[in-house]
Amino acid sequence: MAEPILDTYIAEENLPYEFCPGCSHGKVLGALSNSLKQQGLDPTEVVIVTDIGCVGLSDKYFVTHAFHGLHGRAITYASGIKMQNPDLKVVVLIGDGGCGIGGHHLLNAARMNTDVNVLVFNNFNFGMTGGQHSVTTPFDSITPTTSFGSTDAPMDIAGTAKVNGGGFIARATAFDKDLPEMITKAMNHDGFALIDIWELCTAYYVVRNDFGRKEMMGYMDNMKMESGILQETERPSFQTSYKHIQEQASQQKTMSGLVLETNFTSDLDRPVRIVLAGSAGQKVVSAGNLLASAATLSGLWTSRRADFPITIQTGFSVAEIVISPEPVLYSGIVKPDVAALIATEGKAKIARLTKAMEASDTIYFADGLGDVDSPANQLPLEFPESAKKDVRKNISALTAGFLTKELNLFPFEALKEAVRQIQKPKITEINLGVLAHFE
Amino acid sequence: MSIENQRREMVDGAAAIARGALDAGCNYYAGYPITPASGILTHMLRELPKVGGIGLQGEDEISSMGHCIGAATAGATVFTASSGPGLSLYSENIGLAIMMEVPLVIAISQRLGPSTGAATASAQGDIQFMRWCNSGGYPVIVLSPTNIPESYHLTKRAFKLAKRFRSPVFIATDKETVMTTESVSEAEMINTPVWPEIPDEPVGKPLDPYQINGSIHHYTGSSHNEEGHITKDPDIIAEFNERLKNKIESRVDEISLVNADLQDGAGTLIISYGVSARSMEAAVNHLRDQGEKVSALTVYSLWPIPEKKIKNCLKGIKRIIIPEMNHGQYRHEIERLTNDEIELVGVNKVDTFLITPEEIMAAYHG
Repeated sequence: MAEPILDTYIAEENLPYEFCPGCSHGKVLGALSNSLKQQGLDPTEVVIVTDIGCVGLSDKYFVTHAFHGLHGRAITYASGIKMQNPDLKVVVLIGDGGCGIGGHHLLNAARMNTDVNVLVFNNFNFGMTGGQHSVTTPFDSITPTTSFGSTDAPMDIAGTAKVNGGGFIARATAFDKDLPEMITKAMNHDGFALIDIWELCTAYYVVRNDFGRKEMMGYMDNMKMESGILQETERPSFQTSYKHIQEQASQQKTMSGLVLETNFTSDLDRPVRIVLAGSAGQKVVSAGNLLASAATLSGLWTSRRADFPITIQTGFSVAEIVISPEPVLYSGIVKPDVAALIATEGKAKIARLTKAMEASDTIYFADGLGDVDSPANQLPLEFPESAKKDVRKNISALTAGFLTKELNLFPFEALKEAVRQIQKPKITEINLGVLAHFE
Repeated sequence: MSIENQRREMVDGAAAIARGALDAGCNYYAGYPITPASGILTHMLRELPKVGGIGLQGEDEISSMGHCIGAATAGATVFTASSGPGLSLYSENIGLAIMMEVPLVIAISQRLGPSTGAATASAQGDIQFMRWCNSGGYPVIVLSPTNIPESYHLTKRAFKLAKRFRSPVFIATDKETVMTTESVSEAEMINTPVWPEIPDEPVGKPLDPYQINGSIHHYTGSSHNEEGHITKDPDIIAEFNERLKNKIESRVDEISLVNADLQDGAGTLIISYGVSARSMEAAVNHLRDQGEKVSALTVYSLWPIPEKKIKNCLKGIKRIIIPEMNHGQYRHEIERLTNDEIELVGVNKVDTFLITPEEIMAAYHG
C-alpha cells in the first residue's frame, strides 16, 4: 500500500449522495475512494469518466478530474484521454444501460486492451428513466417495458469483455468487503480492466421483482456467473503496443509531395479530355497516371479521375484524364475528345460518354471492341508488331505509348521520364521495356 | 514560365488535407473507413506515429469522435474525417464538443445521398447538415476549399479557428476534390494565399487540459458553470448558451473568407463554393471572353454566413446564379440576404455528374 495522500477522494461538501435510500451506488463510490487512497494517488492523476444514468451523477462527488459525456460512450472518451496522456489513471463509471447502448465500445476497448478501468454499476435496469429493462435484466423480470416478463437472454458483461481479450476481468458485488482491493488490482493492471459490479436498484428493480441481496446472490449461482477475478493476462496494452509502433514509424520518412519538374515542352493550345476504359487488373489507372504525369513534365496541367467498382478486382476500370495548357478548372468529362477502349467492361461502362462524342473526336479500340454506337471517328489501337507478346499483360502501358505517339500532345521522352519518376523500380523496368516497342 | 512555376506536384485532396492537418500540429486522429474519405484516414494513421502522434481506427464513427473529444480534453490537437453517412454518427458527439468547447476539426468528403446513395459520386448535399447536425442548433464553422492547394491551406486554417473558438470546425469537401489527382504548382502548396490572419489567442478562456499537478478540471455535456460543474440555475444556463452562440456569430466578420471577382457594370453575380466554384470560374472566363460582364463570388467560409461580404457584392446586381450539387441549400441562405428585385437562379445537380461550365453559361444566357 502506498503512502496515503488524502483520507478520502469524495468531495464531502457535495454529500449526501442524491441516490435513493438503499441504492448501492454510494457503496461503490466509497470503495473507489478507498482504492484511490490505497494507491496514494494525487487527485490530479485521476480522471473519472462517467456515463449517463444515475451513475452519471457521480463525477461531482470526487475531488479528482472528471468527464461527463454521452450515454454509452464513456469508454471512448476515457480511451482518448489515456492515449493522449498515459500517465493519467482513467476510471470509467458506467451502468448496465451504458454497457448496452455502448456495447460495441465495450467489446472493442477490450479487444484493443486500452488501459482504462471500467467499473460497471450493474443493477439490472434503467434506474434514472423509470426502471425499464436493460441488457442485463434477468429472464421473466417485470419492468415498465416488460410488463409480461422479460424474454431476452441477459448479457454477461464480464464474460463479454473476457472473451474479447480484456486484460483484467472480474465480477463483484457492491457488498464485497474487498471491493477497494479489487479496484486497486484492476487499476494497477496495464491494459483494459473491467469489474462487473452487481448492485441493487431499490427504487425499481428490487421492489418490482422481489430481488434483494440474497436473491441476487442466488441468481449469480443459477446463471453460473461466478464472482472474483475471471481473467488476468499479460497481453501488452494498446498504450504499450503503440509506443513500439511509434518507435518503428519514427524511422520512416514523413509524407511529402512528389515534385515533377517541367523539363519538357508542349505546344498544346486547348484542353484534351481522354478516357481510358478497361477492366480490373489491366492497370488502367496507372496508365492514366503516366499520361497525366508525362503531360505535367511537359509543362501542361492535368487532372486524373478514377472510377472502378468497390470490388476492385472485378469489373470495369476507367481513368479520365484532362490535359490542358491552362490549370484545369472543370475536371469532369461528359464528352471525351479521345476514348481508348481496352476491355468490354470498360466499353460498356463509358457507353454514355462515347455516345456523346462527335465526328471530330476519336475512339481507339482494342481487338474486338470496335463498332461503337457513336458518331466519333473509330480506329483500332495499333501496337507495334514486336509488342504482340506484351498485349495481354501490359495493354494499358502500351495504350499510353500508342496515344502519346498518335496524339502528339507531349514528347514521347516525357512519358518515359514519367515512368522513371513515378513508378516503382520493378514496374519502371517492365514499362520502359513496353515503351521500347515504339522506338 | 518562371522557374518557380516549373515545379509541379501530382496530388489529390486526401493527401493535401492530411498534410495540412499534420503541418497544423495535429497529433491525434481517430476515424472510420468510408469512401470517399478513407484516403485521409490512411494518410493520418500512417503518418502520425512517425511524428509521435496517435492515429486510430475506431470501431465506428461514434467511437472515433469520442476518442477525439477525450484526447482533446487531455491536450491533443485532434482531427477526423468522414462522409455524410459518417456525419450522421458523428452528430451526437458534435453537440458534446460544442458543449465542452473542445477544438475539433472534421473533414466531410461529401458524396451523393441520401443514405448510402450513389456511392461514390460527388455531391454538396451536406452543407446544411454540417451546420445543423447538433441538437439545439448551435453555430459551427464550415470552410469549403475549391481545389487541392486550398484543401491544404484551409485545413491549416481550420485548426487555427478550432483552437481560437474552441469549437468544431468543418472542412466541407467532396469526392471529386478528395479523390482526383491533379497537377498543382509546388509554390501554391507552399505559399499561403493572402487571407486575414486568425489570432492565436482564444476568444474565451483557453482549454486547460487534464494534467498531473495541474488544476482540477471537470468537462461535462450538461449545462455547467465556469468550473465545469453541472448547474440548474436558469441565469447561468442562459448566459452560457448565449455565449456559445455569440462567440462565433458575433465574430462572423473575422471568420468570413470569400473571393470576390467583381466586374464593373455586371448585372449578374454567380455565387458558388467547393468544386462547383471551379466550374463557375471556367464559365466566367468563357463569358468574359465572349464580352459579357459578369461577377463571381467564391464562398470559402460557408458558415457562419459571410453576410456582409455577400452583400458587398450586390451593387447593381439584378440576378444571382448559384451552382451547387444539391437542391439549392445555399441558395436559400442567399435568398435571405437579398430583396425581391434580385432574381435568384439555381443550377442544381444530383445526377452523379459535376456541374459543367456550359450548364452555368446556359443559366446565364437564360
